[in-house]
Amino acid sequence: MQVNEYKPLIVAFCCNWCSYAGADLAGNNRLAYPADVKIIRVPCSCRVNPMFILRAFQRGADGVIICGCHPGDCHYTSGNYYTRRRMAALFSMLDFLGIERARTRVEWVSAAEGAKFAATMNDFAEKVAALGENKRLEDLRCKK
Amino acid sequence: MQRVGVFVCWCGSNIAGTVDVQAVSEALKNEPGVVYSANYQYMCSQAGQEMIKAAVKEHRLTGIVVCSCSPRMHEATFRKTAAAAGLNPYMVEIANIREQCSWVHKDMMTGTEKAIILGKAAIAKVNLNAPLTPGESPVTKRALVIGGGIAGIQTALDIADAGFPVDIVEKQPTIGGKMAQLDKTFPTLDCAACILTPKMVDVAQNEKIRIFSYSEVTDVHGFVGNFDVKIKKKARYVKEDICTGCGACVEKCPMKKVPNEFNLGMDNRHAIYIPFAQAVPKVATIDPNACNMLKNGKCGVCAKVCAAGAIDYKQKDEIIEEKYGAIVVATGFNPISMDKFDEFAYSQSKDVITSLEFERLTNAAGPSAGKLLRPSDGKHPHTIVFVQCVGSRCAACAEKGKEYCSKICCMYTAKHAMLTRDKYPDTEVYVFYIDARTPGKNFDEFYRRAVEEYGVKYIKGMVGKVVPEGDKLKVQASDLIANKQLHIDADLVVLAAAIEPDKSARPLATMLTASMDTNDFFTEAHPKLRPVESPTAGVFLSGACQGPKDIPETVSQAGAAASKVIGLLAKDKLTGNPCVASSNELMCNGCSTCERVCPYGAITYIDKEFRMPDRTTKIRRVAVVNPAVCQGCGACTVACPSGAMDLNGFKNSQIMAEVDAICK
Amino acid sequence: MQKITREQLLEKACALLASGEVSCVLGWGAGEFGYDVTPTVFKTAEELKEGFVFGDFCGVNFSKYLVSKTQKLEGKILVFLKPCDTYSFNQLLTEHRFDREKVYAVGIPCEGMADIAKVKAIAGEGIVSIEAKGEKLLVTTLYEDAPVEIDAKDVLAERCVNCKSKKHVAYDELLGEEGDVLDSARFDEVARLEAMTPDERFAFWQNELSKCIRCNACRDACPACTCEKCVFDNPNSGVENKSPANSFEEKMFHIIRAFHVAGRCTDCGECSRVCPQNIPLHLLNRKFIKDINEFYGEYQAGAEVGARAPLVNYTTEDLEPGEVFDRRGENA
Repeated sequence: MQVNEYKPLIVAFCCNWCSYAGADLAGNNRLAYPADVKIIRVPCSCRVNPMFILRAFQRGADGVIICGCHPGDCHYTSGNYYTRRRMAALFSMLDFLGIERARTRVEWVSAAEGAKFAATMNDFAEKVAALGENKRLEDLRCKK
Repeated sequence: MQRVGVFVCWCGSNIAGTVDVQAVSEALKNEPGVVYSANYQYMCSQAGQEMIKAAVKEHRLTGIVVCSCSPRMHEATFRKTAAAAGLNPYMVEIANIREQCSWVHKDMMTGTEKAIILGKAAIAKVNLNAPLTPGESPVTKRALVIGGGIAGIQTALDIADAGFPVDIVEKQPTIGGKMAQLDKTFPTLDCAACILTPKMVDVAQNEKIRIFSYSEVTDVHGFVGNFDVKIKKKARYVKEDICTGCGACVEKCPMKKVPNEFNLGMDNRHAIYIPFAQAVPKVATIDPNACNMLKNGKCGVCAKVCAAGAIDYKQKDEIIEEKYGAIVVATGFNPISMDKFDEFAYSQSKDVITSLEFERLTNAAGPSAGKLLRPSDGKHPHTIVFVQCVGSRCAACAEKGKEYCSKICCMYTAKHAMLTRDKYPDTEVYVFYIDARTPGKNFDEFYRRAVEEYGVKYIKGMVGKVVPEGDKLKVQASDLIANKQLHIDADLVVLAAAIEPDKSARPLATMLTASMDTNDFFTEAHPKLRPVESPTAGVFLSGACQGPKDIPETVSQAGAAASKVIGLLAKDKLTGNPCVASSNELMCNGCSTCERVCPYGAITYIDKEFRMPDRTTKIRRVAVVNPAVCQGCGACTVACPSGAMDLNGFKNSQIMAEVDAICK
Repeated sequence: MQKITREQLLEKACALLASGEVSCVLGWGAGEFGYDVTPTVFKTAEELKEGFVFGDFCGVNFSKYLVSKTQKLEGKILVFLKPCDTYSFNQLLTEHRFDREKVYAVGIPCEGMADIAKVKAIAGEGIVSIEAKGEKLLVTTLYEDAPVEIDAKDVLAERCVNCKSKKHVAYDELLGEEGDVLDSARFDEVARLEAMTPDERFAFWQNELSKCIRCNACRDACPACTCEKCVFDNPNSGVENKSPANSFEEKMFHIIRAFHVAGRCTDCGECSRVCPQNIPLHLLNRKFIKDINEFYGEYQAGAEVGARAPLVNYTTEDLEPGEVFDRRGENA
C-alpha cells in the first residue's frame, strides 16, 4: 500500500452552454487538469442553488467552483448576472463566518476557452490543495 | 425504484486507454438501482445501440446510464435509442468519461477512479429521473410587424410572399420611415424614393398585408405562436376607407402654419395633411393639436370641400385586438437631440443643420425643392463644413452622447459631400472626422471617390466650436495630422448626429418581455448565431432597433427575420423543450420573486382554490409556468424562497444526489 | 417609557370595533409574566379590556401574523404597527402574502422595547412584575423586598439601541407623532467582526452557532419566513428534519436561512429577540444587508411596496464575486 497523499475534492458546476463545452474542448485538446475536479452539468450557472454548494462542502468537498458564460453572453440573457450577485453575497457570507476564501470561486469560461478551463481548474485545485482539508464548514456548529 | 442499466463505452482506445472500462462496469454494478452493467467498444455504433435496446427488453430497464463521450456529442443519439426501445428518452443520463476524464487524465488509476465516481453521479441522477413529455402548442398563422420603415416593409413583404397574413403597425400616418425622407442612397446614389415607393405600393396592394397606420401597440400577452395584441388606432378624423387622398381638404385648410415633421420643421404644413405625395395609405390626417374645428369647433372647411364625405370630427381612438403567431420589431432609429451639443451652435443658427435636415434640403420634394440653399437667407452656400461623430463614440461624454459608433454617418457624409461637389463644383466642402469607417461592399471605393475625384477636403480632427458671426459661421477646428488649428468661415455646417433607438422601443420591450441593452437597442438571442431573434421566443428583430444599420444591412436583416417568422408560422404545432420549470402549487407562496428573474415572462400567477384539511377552502395566489415560453434556465428555482419552483431534468433532488455521489 | 399608552390604543381599537370598520384586533395579550406578551386576536371590546396590554415588552412584530389571520378571519383586522413592523408589512405586501384590503393598520410610535435578558442581568431572576414609571422600570422580584429601579435606556433591546427608523412606511391611520429614518450604528458590530482575522471570526461563529438547539424559533418568528412550506420541513428539499447531529441542515441551517431572507429581510430583529440561546442571529442578516448596500447601492427591504430586491436584480456592471474579497483586504 502506498501512503495516500492528500487529494482535494473539488466540485465544479458548469453551465451546459459555455464552460461545460469549454471542458469538452479542454478534453479534445488533451489539456490536463487534476482528476480531483468533478463536473456537474447545469443548464445555466443561475441554476446553482447555494444549497448545492453548502451540501457539497458539508459532504466533504474541499472546494466548489461555479463556471458560467461571460457576462453579456448568457444563453438565457441574464442568468449569469443573477449568479454573480448571489455568489458575491454567499461568498462574502462564508468569509464572514471565517471560511477560507479560496474554497469558493466563480469563473466565466466560454465554450471556446478550453485552455482557460484547464488553467482555471489547475489553479483552483492548487489553491484548494494548499488549504488542506475543509474542516471549518463541517465543524461550524460542532459541540465544543 | 428504477431498474438502471449501465453501459460503459471504450470509445476504441479513447476511453479504454486511460480508464479500465471493465473495472468501471464492475464497480457500477453494485450501485443502487443498477440491475445490469456492461461495456462495449463503441456504444454509439449500431451494434452498441442494439445492445442497449436488447438489455432494456431483457432486464426491463427503466433508466439508462451511458458512460461515454460528452452528452453534447451523443446524448441525442442515446435518447433516440432509448425511445426505440420503448423507454422515455429523458430516462437517459450520460457520464462524460471521455472529454472530462480519459482525455485529460494521464494515469489509468486516477482515470478509472474518476470514471467510477462520474458513473455513480449519473446513476444517482437517473434514479430520480422521471419521464418527460414535451408540450405542444398551436401556432396562429399571422405575423405582426411593428414599424413601417424599410425594415418593417421588407419583412412584411417577405412574410406575405410566403403566403402568411401580416399586419404592419406604424405610428406615423404613413409607412416609409426614415428612408422616405432620404434623397439619394450610398454607395450607388440611386434615389431613395425610386426604390422605396414601389415597395410601399406593393405593401398597400398585397392582399395578405394590412396596414395600421397612425397606430400603436398598447398591450401584448401570450407567447410564441399565441400572442394576443391590442393595437390602438388613433383617431385621424378622416375615414380611411372613404378618403381618396385627392388633397382638396389640404389645399383649403386655413391653418397653414404647422411645422412639417416630414421636413423636420424646415417648412410648414396644414392642420389636415398628407405627409408626402407617395404616402401609403394616401389618406389625410387631421392634427388635433392644430385643427380649429377640433380645438374649438370653429372651421369645418375640410368637411365642406371633401367630395367623398370622408371627414369625421367625431372619430374616436379604436382598439383592435388580434392574435399573432410571431412578432417582428422594426421600430428603427432617430437622430439624437442636438440640445447638449451647443458648441456647434445648432440652437443659435439656422445654418447649422443635422444630416437628416441636409437630406431634406437636397431632396426635390423638400422645403427648397432640392436646391441647396441656406435655411437662414436662401442663399447658396459656398463653404460647407461637415462634422462627423456628433454624439457618436462619445466614450468620455456618455451623459452627452452615445458610446457606440452610429455606423451610417461616415458613408452618408461622404455621399453628401460628393453630391454637393457634383452639383455645385464651386462649393468648398470640408469633412472633419475621427476615423472614416467604410467597411461595406463598394464603400471604401465610394469614399475615395469623394476625396480623390470630387476633391472633398477630409480633415482628421474634431471641430471644437462653431460661432455664428454676421452671415458666416466661424468654425474652429484642429487638424490632427498637420497638428494645427484651423479657422474656417463656413456658410453651412452639417452635423452627423448620432442615432439612437426610437423612444417607443423601451415600453414596447417591456410589453414583449424582450431584453434591451443599456442603449435601448434590442438584444439578439445570440450575437453571432441568432442575430435576428430576440431571446423571447416568437419575437424577432429587424433593422436599426437592434443596432445602427444602413439600408442594405437592414433589408438583409429584414429578410432574415422574415425567414425565421415563416419557419415558425409554417409549423402547425410547436414542440417545446420538456426540461422546463414547474411550480409545486402546494408550496408556492405566490410572492412574485420568480417572475422577476424570468427573462422570458414565462411565469404568471393565478388565484387558486385549495381544499384545506379541515374541509374549508382557501384561495391562494400561485405561480404557473407556461412550458411553451420557459427555456429552462432555472433562475427561478434559486430565486424561489420556498423551493416550490423546480426544473424538470435538473431537479433540486437530482443535483443534490449528484453532489452526494461525488462527495461520498 | 412608551409615549403612547395602553388606554389610547384601547380606545382606538374599541372605537373601530364599535363602528364596524374592523371585526377583530390583532394585539398584544397578557402572558403569564408581565414580560412574556403573546400575540392575540381580540374580537370584542370586553376581550380587549380584559386581556390587551401594551408596554415595554410588546416587541412582537405582527406583520407575519397577517398572512394566516387574513386568510382565516372574516372582515377587516386591526393591527398595531411599530415603525419597524411597517417595513415587514410592506415587504409582505410586495410578496403578495396577504390582502391589504383585509387589514386596517394603525401606526404607533415606539420608544424602543426592553430586553428581558438585560433586565434579568440587572434585577436577577424571579421577576414578579415590571412597572414602567417615566424613564424608569420598577422590577419586583421574589428575592428583593423593594422593587429594583432600572433605567429603561439600559435595558433596551439591541435592535432598538440601533433603531433604523422611527418612521412608518405604511399605515391607514397614525397615532402619535411620526418620526424619521435614523442614522443608526446597526452595522458597527458587523464591521467589528469583519475587521477580525478569519480565525477569530470562525471562532466567534463556532462559539455562537454551537449554542443552537434547532428550536426553529428564529424561523417561526421571522416575518420573511412565511413560506407555505419551509424548505427545512420539506422532505424533498434535502435539508429537512430537525436536529439529528451531523446532518447537513444542522450545520448549514443558519447560512441557508440567512440567504433565503437576504434582500427580503427588513432587519426587524425578531430572530435575535426570540432566540432562547441569545445567538446574535441578526448579525448574519445585517451582514447581507451591509454587503448589498455596499455592492449594489442602498436598499431597505420594505421601504417601498413593489420594490425589486437586489438579489433578484442585476446590472451589467456588477462586481465579480472574487472582487468581494479584493475590496475587503486581508482581514475583513
